[in-house]
Amino acid sequence: MTTMSAPSLNRPALPAFAVWLVVLAAAALVLLPIAARYAETPYYVVLVTRLLIFAVAATALNLVLGFGGMVSFGHSLFMGIGAYSVALCSYFGIGNGWAHLAFAIVVSAFAAMATGAVALRTRGVAFIMITLAFAQMFYFLVISLKEFGGDDGLPISMGSRFGFVDLKNPTTLYYTTFGVLALLIYGSYRLYHARFGLVLRGCMINEDRMRALGFPTTTYKLVAYVLSGCVAGISGLLLANLTMFASPSYASWTVSGDLMIMVVLGGTGTVMGPAFGAFAFLLIEDLLKRFTDHWIGGVGVMIVLIGLLARRGLWGSLPGRPR
Amino acid sequence: MLGSLFIIQTLNGIQFGVMLFLLAAGLTLVFGIMNFVNMMHGALYMTGAYVAATLYNKTGLFVMSLLLVVPITVAIGAVLERFVFKHLYDRDHLDQVLCTYGFILIFNEMARSFWGPSPYFMGMPDALSDTYEVLGVGYPVYRLVIVAAGLLAAIGAYVLIHQTRFGMLIRAGASDRAMVAGLGVNINLLNTMIFGLGAGLAGLAGALAAPILSVEPGMGETVLILTVVVIVIGGIGSVRGAFYAALIVGLVDTIGRSMLPFVFESFLSSSLAGAAGPAVASMIIYLLMALVLAFRPNGLFPVRGR
Repeated sequence: MTTMSAPSLNRPALPAFAVWLVVLAAAALVLLPIAARYAETPYYVVLVTRLLIFAVAATALNLVLGFGGMVSFGHSLFMGIGAYSVALCSYFGIGNGWAHLAFAIVVSAFAAMATGAVALRTRGVAFIMITLAFAQMFYFLVISLKEFGGDDGLPISMGSRFGFVDLKNPTTLYYTTFGVLALLIYGSYRLYHARFGLVLRGCMINEDRMRALGFPTTTYKLVAYVLSGCVAGISGLLLANLTMFASPSYASWTVSGDLMIMVVLGGTGTVMGPAFGAFAFLLIEDLLKRFTDHWIGGVGVMIVLIGLLARRGLWGSLPGRPR
Repeated sequence: MLGSLFIIQTLNGIQFGVMLFLLAAGLTLVFGIMNFVNMMHGALYMTGAYVAATLYNKTGLFVMSLLLVVPITVAIGAVLERFVFKHLYDRDHLDQVLCTYGFILIFNEMARSFWGPSPYFMGMPDALSDTYEVLGVGYPVYRLVIVAAGLLAAIGAYVLIHQTRFGMLIRAGASDRAMVAGLGVNINLLNTMIFGLGAGLAGLAGALAAPILSVEPGMGETVLILTVVVIVIGGIGSVRGAFYAALIVGLVDTIGRSMLPFVFESFLSSSLAGAAGPAVASMIIYLLMALVLAFRPNGLFPVRGR
């Protein structure tokens, strides 16, 4: 049903300037907190941490959306789970980051397994809608749990502390998020070229043929979905540490929509694209906010244009088809 | 007391179900038959509500306000289809989701700048704000009017799809668009008309709901997701399925919300029931949907022959 534009399966050449672009971007990101300290503009560290967190989430979504052609409209579910793992642990007096992380990953994995198993029974439009509905289910669940803040959200008193690494410190959180993103991008690069990634991409192009070749395609897709959900859960954990707050709005369906836009804007199915898309989207949003009160309308116009025009995204439009 | 509450909630459920059907019928035409993911269906519903409220508050003519909404939303839908959405039919669902999602933000922002961020109220004539005795229970006349109007629209949709040439073309287009086009039917015009029809039904639903809801930006999204649940449960592309599923969802949601706390209290401690009741009630239709899909991935009333 979903006819994703078919990418070529052979290893594409990464043009030299694309490598330099990544190296430069990484260097700039490494230096940013130091520069911000000298310029006394700590705001930028917080802003860029947010960009990095959404870059993690968008890259996670890309694992199913871009590599597997599964249009999940419910990835806010996992961000919400990640955020509430921190909030609930903190509510019960647990400040241990490993506990937060374990909670986030286990619950995300379980939720992804359960919802993915049902959602993958369907194709196309139904898949989009079912993932959306599952995310809504979680959204309404947290809204109605008055004990844990309900629709006001739950403030977090204890951030995630991993031994001597305390995510409460903005710079620590920044570098941790940066590290997570770098690992994730390397991981998705490996996954893209691994046999697993090949099967996944094969499913996107022609699932019937992959099944005829003897691959249990649903299992492959489910594994990708669970993997993607867990990583998105980690991004939720990071977001909760940034804001020291867990709000039902983290799980709202507009977050899922925003993540999809980031992926498409950056380049669906490319390794680097979603991270660039997240940066571009959030920076444009930030700029619009400064210029006009009606910035949401501006974002709307931008999204319509992306939907109409951005066929390969920012990264995908670089000459030489970088991946 | 519980008995009369049950009757009232059942009537509320039917009223809500009929409302959902108006939305689901339009969306299933576009979704199931044209295979176009239209996330902005709820935005047309919101537009209908705002337009009806404004017309009534300015003119005081109730029926006219409700009826005028239909041509206005049909026109908006047709224009959007002609100038934007028709370029997306051959693209993947992702692009369709994005574009229509962008229009949701645009419509919400327009509503916010024209009518302000706070809810906008629509009154109703005194004759309709009375209650009427149904099964020994006083029930608001206006909600009965909604049920009647919704059922009329359902019959109208049935006749249109199964008894007219236009309906025949819609059904034929669902099976094989290329063949219909090859037989000399103007498929572009047909698409625009289907889209307009869907938009008109959404607008009508919004207009009917306006007096009993607070009209505000974003009101379309909650209802959109419920509508989607209806369509998925009913079977994508099936108007008949949408009708039954809308009633099921309306009843399950309304009765679940009002009755579940009582049910939980009967076997749980009151503090636990107080927490679990609303939580389960707000998720109940999603649970229902998951259950339906786990056993029947194509919905309860799938379209035959596909």
